[in-house]
Amino acid sequence: MADDDITRRDQAGEVGAPRPAAEYESLLPGKSGLGEILAPAAGFGVTFASMFKPTVTEQYPYEKVPTKPRYHGRHQLNRHPDGLEKCIGCELCAWACPADAIYVEGADNTPDAQFSPGERYGRVYQINYLRCIFCGLCIEACPTRALTMTNDYELAGPTRRGMIYEKQDLLAPLGDGMLAAPHPMVPGTEDDDYYRGDVAGPVPEQIDWVAQWRPEDESLAALRPAGHEQSEAR
Amino acid sequence: MTTTTPKTGTSGSTPAPADQVTFTIDDVEVAVPKGTLVIRAAEQIGIQIPRFCDHPLLAPVGACRQCLVEVAAPDREGNVRPMPKPQASCTLEATPGMVVKTQRSSAVADKAQHGVLELLLINHPLDCPTCDKGGECPLQNQAMSNGRGTSRFHDVKRTFPKPIAISTQILLDRDRCVLCQRCTRFSEEIAGDPFIDLQQRGVKQQIGIFDPGVLGFAGSEPAEVYRGVQPDGTPISAATGLPSTDPADPAGPAGMATVDTSGRPFASYFSGNTVQICPVGALTSAAYRFRSRPFDLVSTPGIAEHDSNGAAIRVDHRRGVVLRRLAGDDPAVNEEWISDKDRFGFPWQGLADRLTAPMVREPGADGTRGELRPASWAEAFEAAAEGLAAARAAGGVGVLPGGRLTMEDAYAYGKFARVALGTNDVDHRARPASAEEEAFLGHHVAGSRMSVTFADLEHAPTVLLVAFEAEDEGGITFLRLRKGVQGGRTKVFSVAPFASRGLERLDGTLVQAVPGTEPEVLDAVGTSSESSVSAVAEALGPEAVILVGERLATVPGGLSAVLRLAERTGARLAWIPRRAGERGGVELGTLPTLLPGGRPVADPQARVDVGAAWDVERLPAEPGRDAEQILAAARSGELGGLVVGGLDPADLPDPAGARAALEAVGFLVSLEVRASAVTELADVVLPVAPPVEKAGTFLNWEGRPRPFPQALTSTSMADHRVLDALADAMDVQLGLATTTEVHAEIDQLGGWDGGRVAAPAAAAVEPPALGAGQAVLATWHLLLDAGRCQEGEAFLAGTSQRPVARVSATHADRLGIASGQGITVRTPRGQVTLPVAVTPMADGVVWLPTNSVGSAVRRTLGVDAGAVVEVAAASTVTTATTAADDGGTL
Repeated sequence: MADDDITRRDQAGEVGAPRPAAEYESLLPGKSGLGEILAPAAGFGVTFASMFKPTVTEQYPYEKVPTKPRYHGRHQLNRHPDGLEKCIGCELCAWACPADAIYVEGADNTPDAQFSPGERYGRVYQINYLRCIFCGLCIEACPTRALTMTNDYELAGPTRRGMIYEKQDLLAPLGDGMLAAPHPMVPGTEDDDYYRGDVAGPVPEQIDWVAQWRPEDESLAALRPAGHEQSEAR
Repeated sequence: MTTTTPKTGTSGSTPAPADQVTFTIDDVEVAVPKGTLVIRAAEQIGIQIPRFCDHPLLAPVGACRQCLVEVAAPDREGNVRPMPKPQASCTLEATPGMVVKTQRSSAVADKAQHGVLELLLINHPLDCPTCDKGGECPLQNQAMSNGRGTSRFHDVKRTFPKPIAISTQILLDRDRCVLCQRCTRFSEEIAGDPFIDLQQRGVKQQIGIFDPGVLGFAGSEPAEVYRGVQPDGTPISAATGLPSTDPADPAGPAGMATVDTSGRPFASYFSGNTVQICPVGALTSAAYRFRSRPFDLVSTPGIAEHDSNGAAIRVDHRRGVVLRRLAGDDPAVNEEWISDKDRFGFPWQGLADRLTAPMVREPGADGTRGELRPASWAEAFEAAAEGLAAARAAGGVGVLPGGRLTMEDAYAYGKFARVALGTNDVDHRARPASAEEEAFLGHHVAGSRMSVTFADLEHAPTVLLVAFEAEDEGGITFLRLRKGVQGGRTKVFSVAPFASRGLERLDGTLVQAVPGTEPEVLDAVGTSSESSVSAVAEALGPEAVILVGERLATVPGGLSAVLRLAERTGARLAWIPRRAGERGGVELGTLPTLLPGGRPVADPQARVDVGAAWDVERLPAEPGRDAEQILAAARSGELGGLVVGGLDPADLPDPAGARAALEAVGFLVSLEVRASAVTELADVVLPVAPPVEKAGTFLNWEGRPRPFPQALTSTSMADHRVLDALADAMDVQLGLATTTEVHAEIDQLGGWDGGRVAAPAAAAVEPPALGAGQAVLATWHLLLDAGRCQEGEAFLAGTSQRPVARVSATHADRLGIASGQGITVRTPRGQVTLPVAVTPMADGVVWLPTNSVGSAVRRTLGVDAGAVVEVAAASTVTTATTAADDGGTL
C-alpha cells in the first residue's frame, strides 16, 4: 500500500486509517446493443448447454461404480503365493499411523504353527475404522507389502465394536492354488526367498503337511482332489 | 546402643584441584578429574559421541571403534601436534592441553565414524522389523544420526542359523552382533560367570561358546536353534551345543542350556542384564520375544519386590499388562544391574488365580464350615468385623502379616493389631525365627539408620558373611561385593559349611562351620590361634563389615556371638534378610516386642509416645507371641482368630503344624493377592493389590526407603487401606486410608532415642552327636526356586539351578555313592531323594536346597538347618517322595 492511500490524522501520530472508499465503479466494460438486451438470460446458457452433455450422477447404492484404481479404501493383509501370511507383526504400521488406529501384537512362528515366513507373525491385528483417516502411511511403512489398501469404500456400521476390524476380517481371501496357513515354509527356503518372490505356490510337502494335520481344510480340496495321494508340484 | 553413624565413602570425595585436567573438546574448554575418558568428558559438556562398546560401568575396551575423534596433544616441547589417525575416545584418557575435535567440528572424525558404521552394517541383517530391539536400538539410532544413507556393500551378507538359546531365557542372534563385547565383559567383570566369548576370526568372528556344531566344523552335528514357544508358554525346543548333563557334576541349570566357557552348562542369575546392555538386538529374552514395541509401552519406575535390596527397576506395561521389567539406574543401590528374578519374575501378579472380589464363607446347612462365595466389600468387612470381635472375646486374635509388605502396609498391620485388636501378637517373620533374633532386631537393627550401605560393601577392606549366601540370598548384594573384590579393595570371608560357586567368584575364603557350630566359630575369631580363624581375626577391624543373614536365627547363640564379635573387633554389622518387607516390618513395629521406630513394647515411655500419636488411652503392655507361638496358640484354641497377610504356610518352620493351626482356628481373615493355602481355609478373604498396582515404599536392608508409584491402573486396594476400612467396620478409626495419611503419621511419630531392647545373650547349644547313617542338615534357598512369586515364568525357571544334594567325598565313599547318583535324606516326616554332588565340605553334613522342585525341606522333612537327618544311598534317582506331601501346601 502506497503512502498516499493512508490519511494521517494530525493528532494521532503514526496510526493511520484508510481513506474513505470512493463510489463503486465496475472495471468491466459495459455491454451494448443486443448484448445489453440478452444479458438477463445469458446466465441460463450454462444450464441449457448441460442438458446436452453426458450425466455424472451416480445412482449409489443401486449402482456401484468402481473407484479409481489407487483409491484408499479398506486395508487388506496379503498372502504369499503358497498361502502364508505376509504380515510379520512388526508393528511398523501401528507406529506410522498418525491416528493411532492400528494395534498389532507379534508372536513366534513355531514348527507346529507357521503362519508367515521367518520367525515372527502378527498374532493380533486390529484396525479401528472409526479412527482411520485413510492416509496410507501404514502402507508405506509395511516392510513386506503385507498391508495394502483395497478399493472397498463401504465402511459404515451401527456399532463401535463392529468398526474395529480384526485380523480375520482384513486377511485377503485365499487366491488360486493357495493353501491356508498355518503350514511350513517351502523346504529349503528362507524368509528372504519369499520376499524376493522365489516361491510360486505350495509344494507337495506343504500340501501333505496340511493333509496330515488338517485333513478337513477347505483349501486342500482344490489342490488335492479326492483320491490323489500325491498332488502335482507347484 | 551399638549402632554406628553412617560412614561416607572415601573414594566418592571430590578430588583436589591438582588432579584436574584441563583440555578442549570442540573448542570448549573443560576441566575433569585426572583419568577421565574423553568420551565421558564430552558427555559432561553435552557433546554426544556415538558408541556401542562403551559402558560407564564396564572397563574400556575400544572394540567397536565407533567413537573415533580427531585428537591433538602437546609433545615434550609443548607444541600441540595432531595424532596421525583418529582415536577411540572411549579408551583415551584426557591429558592436559589435549585438543579433541569430534564429529561436530572435524570432517576427519565425522568421516571416520561414518566409515565405521558402514562397516558394522555390512553384515548386520536388515531384519529390524522382526527384531525386538527395533525402536530402541542404539545401532538403528546412530545409523540415522552418524551413518551414511546408503551402503556401498552389494554382496551377500554373512548369516548364521538363529537364534541360539544360550539358556532357556537368553537367545543369541549372531548375525546381528557388532562384536562390542558388552555381554562378555559384563559376565566376566560384573557377574563373574563368563559364558560366551569371541570365536573364530575375521568376517566369521562371532560371539558364542566353543561348540563345533555352532561353529559349523566339518563332521559336527548342526546346531539346534530356538523354535518358539507352545501356547502354554513352554519352549518347544531350546538350547544347543554339548549335552547339558554331565554325570560327574549334576549341578547346573534346570532347563536346557549351552555350555559356558568353563565347560559347564550355562546358568547365571544375572544374564538378563546382558540383554539390556546389548546395543543391537543380538541378545534377546525369550519372555519378551516379539511381545511389543517400545512405543506401545508405558514405563513406570518401580522397586523390585523379590528381595531386600530394593533394586530400582522400570516396569513397562501395555493396556494394563506388564510386559517386561528393566533395571533402573540407581548408583547408590543397584547401579544398573538387577538379578534375573527381579527382571523376569513378574507374571505372578497377573496369573489366573488373582483374587478380584472379597469372599465370605457361607456356613453349610449341615453344620460344616461351608464354601467361600464372592461377596461385596461391605458384606465382607461386616463379616470380618463381627468375626474378629467374637474371636477377640474368645481369647484374642493373632496377626501374621508376612514378610513382603511395604512400609505403609507394615505400619497398618502393627497399628491394627495394637489398636483394633488390642494385642501385641503380631509377627511378620514367615520363616524360622527365634526370640534371640527378636532381641537382636530390637537391639541392633530397628532404628539404626543406614549404618552399612551398598557403597560400604564395595569399599570395606574385609567383609565377613555369616549364614548368608551372597549370590543366592543377596542377589545384587553379590554384585557389589564382587565389585569391591575385583577392584582389589575387599576381601571376603564366609562362615558356611562349604564354598559355594558364589563365594568362589568372590575369591572368598571359607571359614568352615558345620550348621549349629557358627557361635563356636565366631567366638574363636580373635580368641583362638587356630589357622582357620586367625586370618579372619587379622582382617576384621573397624572398617570391616559383617553381613549376617536371616538364617542365623535358627542357630541358638548365633546372633549373640555375632554381636560379641562386632563389639570385639569394632566391625560394622548389617542384617540382610531375604524378603523385601522384613526390614520395614522391623522398623514399623510388626514384631511382638517392638513398636514403630524400634520402641520396645516393654518401655512404658515408648508406649505413651506411640499411644499419644495414635490417640489411644493405652497400648497393650505385655509382649506378644511370636509367629510360632501364635500358630501354636491358634492350634490349641487359646487364640480365637487370626489375621493373615501374604504368607505361605510352606515357608514356616513347621508347614503341617501351621496348616493345622489355620484349620483349627475359630476365625481366619486372609488378605491376599492370589488364591493360596491360607485363602482356601479363610472365613473372610479380602483381596489386596500386588506391588505393581499400588504405590508404596519398601525399606531395603540398608534401611533406605525405596518409594515406588503405582504402575497399573487398578481397583485393588493396598493392605493399609483394607485394614483401615476393616477397622472402620469394627468402629475403630485407624486413619490410614491413604499413603499420605500413613506418611504423615509415621513422620509425626518420628524416631526414638530412648532405651533399646537389651542385646541377646543366648547360649550356644552343643552340636548333637551323630549316630551311624546320620548327618547334620545344611540348607538355604537358591535365588531361583519353587517360590510362589516366580510362578508363571517357565523360561526363568529353566535358568534355575538343578537341585542337588551335597556331601563330602569321604561321606560319599562311606555311603558308597558317586556324583550323579541318588542320595536319600530322611526324617520321620518324609524323605527327599536328589542326585548328589560331591563337594569339598565337612564330613557328616548334607546340604539341600530349601525350596526347590523335589526338595521342599521344611514341608517334606519338617526340619531346618542344624537338624540331624538320616542319609542313605538311593537305589534310583527320582524326585522327592514325600510322606507328608498331602499334608503340605502348594
